[in-house]
Amino acid sequence: MIHIKRLQEDGADVIALIGEIDASSSIELDLAIAKSVGEGFNKILIDCSSLEYISSAGLGVFMSYIEEFKDKNIKMVLFGMNEKVANTFEILGLYELLTIGKDKVQAKKLINEL
Amino acid sequence: MRAKAITRLLFTVGVITWLALLFTDISVVFSTNAGITPDIPVWVPNVILNLFILSLYYYYKFKIERDEVLNFIDLLWRVFATGLVATVFSLALKLVEHLLGSTKLTTHPVFIDLLYIINLGLMVGFLIMAFSAWKRLILYQKSKWLLRLWNVFEWGLLFALLYNSLGFRTIQSGFGETVHIVLLTFFVILALVLSGNMKWVAYLNFRQKWTSLLLLLLTIFYLLYGFFTLSSLAESLELFPTVVFTNHQYHIFILSLITFVSIYSIFSFLVILFNLPTTSVFEQKLEEVVNFQRISQSIQTEQSEDSVYNILLETSVSTVFADAAWLEVKESERDAKIFTYKITDKEARDIIQHLSNQNVKGVLDQGSDKTKNLSKHLAALKGSRFRSILAFPIYVKGENIGTLALLKELADGFNKEMTKIVSTFANQAGISIENFRLMEEALQNERYKEELKIAKTVQKSLLPDVLEKDDDFDIAAFSESADEVGGDYYDTLRTNSNEVSLIIADVSGKGTTAAFHMSQMKGIFHSLAQDCIEPDLFMKRANQALVYCLERGSFISATFFVINKEQKKVRYSRAGHCPVLYYHAANDSIEYLKDKGIALGMVRNKSYANFIQANEFEYKPGDIMVLYTDGITEAKDKKGEEFGYDRLTQVLLEVKNESPKDIQTHLINRLYEFSETENINDDYTTMIVKFK
Repeated sequence: MIHIKRLQEDGADVIALIGEIDASSSIELDLAIAKSVGEGFNKILIDCSSLEYISSAGLGVFMSYIEEFKDKNIKMVLFGMNEKVANTFEILGLYELLTIGKDKVQAKKLINEL
Repeated sequence: MRAKAITRLLFTVGVITWLALLFTDISVVFSTNAGITPDIPVWVPNVILNLFILSLYYYYKFKIERDEVLNFIDLLWRVFATGLVATVFSLALKLVEHLLGSTKLTTHPVFIDLLYIINLGLMVGFLIMAFSAWKRLILYQKSKWLLRLWNVFEWGLLFALLYNSLGFRTIQSGFGETVHIVLLTFFVILALVLSGNMKWVAYLNFRQKWTSLLLLLLTIFYLLYGFFTLSSLAESLELFPTVVFTNHQYHIFILSLITFVSIYSIFSFLVILFNLPTTSVFEQKLEEVVNFQRISQSIQTEQSEDSVYNILLETSVSTVFADAAWLEVKESERDAKIFTYKITDKEARDIIQHLSNQNVKGVLDQGSDKTKNLSKHLAALKGSRFRSILAFPIYVKGENIGTLALLKELADGFNKEMTKIVSTFANQAGISIENFRLMEEALQNERYKEELKIAKTVQKSLLPDVLEKDDDFDIAAFSESADEVGGDYYDTLRTNSNEVSLIIADVSGKGTTAAFHMSQMKGIFHSLAQDCIEPDLFMKRANQALVYCLERGSFISATFFVINKEQKKVRYSRAGHCPVLYYHAANDSIEYLKDKGIALGMVRNKSYANFIQANEFEYKPGDIMVLYTDGITEAKDKKGEEFGYDRLTQVLLEVKNESPKDIQTHLINRLYEFSETENINDDYTTMIVKFK
């Protein structure tokens, strides 16, 4: 069960994930990111502060965009993860592939530095 | 067989009693005419007549009431046929009498009495036949009240019969006449009340009504003829003052019967006659009912989608006398399927196109809940034979999913009544469509279940039955998967006398895809590990191989170990898999081996090598290595709390001195205790290595 909210701040698209992402709800995450890309945003912030759980399928969604973003020069930063979710990212080694910030302020800073 | 024997017996009794009646009555007439006292009492013929009536009554009761298959027209036909036989016979006798001319014989009372008794027998037979038939018609769809009334009528008639047997002679006295009149009046009133029961008429169709009218008319004619023949014969006998005979005119039963049969015949005739103009309406209603029955049956009997829709279209067309129809079912946003009846797909699509071109709102746009009669719009469509259209939206669970459209070649061909009927059909169509969709879904689910079953079997078969053994360490492994198959994999392989390779992996995703990736992983493990490959190289090669197999967004987390007993060392690389839990027996400490490494398939180029570490440690006797998948650490209890890393550590410390098998059993038991359910929601996989 996931609820996704999008809002724009300082030219970046902030996608807030609320709830849990499992195999079925990962499709919604995929759609949300695809939509953001489709609308021409090149700065995407993923707000994970209300994300309670993410399954491997959900992580797969982020992964699947890594190369596309590299090609299109789109920047994505995740932020606000709770410990459990962060651990999931860490174990799979995603910390090394994705840019992950502590909070929104840090995330905005990171995205501009990229 | 028994019923048949009884009817035969009753018929024989009837014939015998009639012959006895003939004989006794003639002998009485003969004696009284000659002016001598008859040898037998004058009441005897009368009693015999009643016996004759009774036997005939039971004869017809058995013949008509027991016959279940008789329909209304059959009944009327039987009455008519009996009347016809009686009348023809009677007419034949008249012809004979006419041929003989006015001789002494023909004017003799005995001869007249002979004719009279024959006619009486025929008439009584006809009346009782008609009585039994009318009884069946009156009691069609009977109520309790009606049945009681009928019983009163029948018992009253029996009473009249007995009364006549006893007191025949007293009738000419004043008292007798009063009783006579009272009884007759009583029966006439009852007959009138009973004749109000004409429910059967409504069930006749137009043709049957015409047949009934003809049959009833002739029946009435026979009744009149029979009555007048009898009366004229009785009158000519009465001319002989001394003659005593069985006069039906004093017989209340026969008179009542004549009255009843005639009244009901006439009533029926009139009712049918006045019902004729409305017959078509009743027939239509009846057809509607039958049609609905057909549709609901067709749905129940699991017929194909096409045939059910065809029946639906056919019945709706025939019910409202339309010329053609189509059913449009939305498959998706843009796509719609059309089922047609007596109209080609092209014609239907032309009309749909035309209406949308004309921008006719609320007809076929499936957004309006109103039905429209679109005659005026169709007039503008050239080349179409249809001049009226009636369209209805079809709803399933409040969602508009299609249109039912009926067409007529006549302009203004639909009325309000038809609109109501078609709406019912549209509802029915909705139910049918819904049914098919549910059935489709059920089938789909069944297929998924089957697929999962296969996937589960495949997954199980990919796991090793026997693990490698070594005198330096023991291994125990366990894997239990939830209903939804995951892709947990573990395996061992001895590469030489000193080295054994281990792997534990978790494929992202579930079901057949996961099982498929798992089998690829097994292939990669067995082909790469046998060359005594270094763990980090194993990961790089495995990643390279998987890039071509894994679809976007899929990955495999894994940890690969090589245990070398000569060096007492373990070399390993972790690719995004859960960190190893390691127990150091030497200083009784426990830790998760934190190192770097990203899952296989996440980076799809050579740069993956930068993300993989080669690690190494020495093992000592008593050390324990616990490998597991995230199903274990993420197992939840009823409150939603996860099993977590700390609990896992705790559990290992509890049984650190046991064998790997016992450690594994303990861990699994703890997991089930924690989740408080028999049904796990993920895969539990663990491999435990204890060094000696």
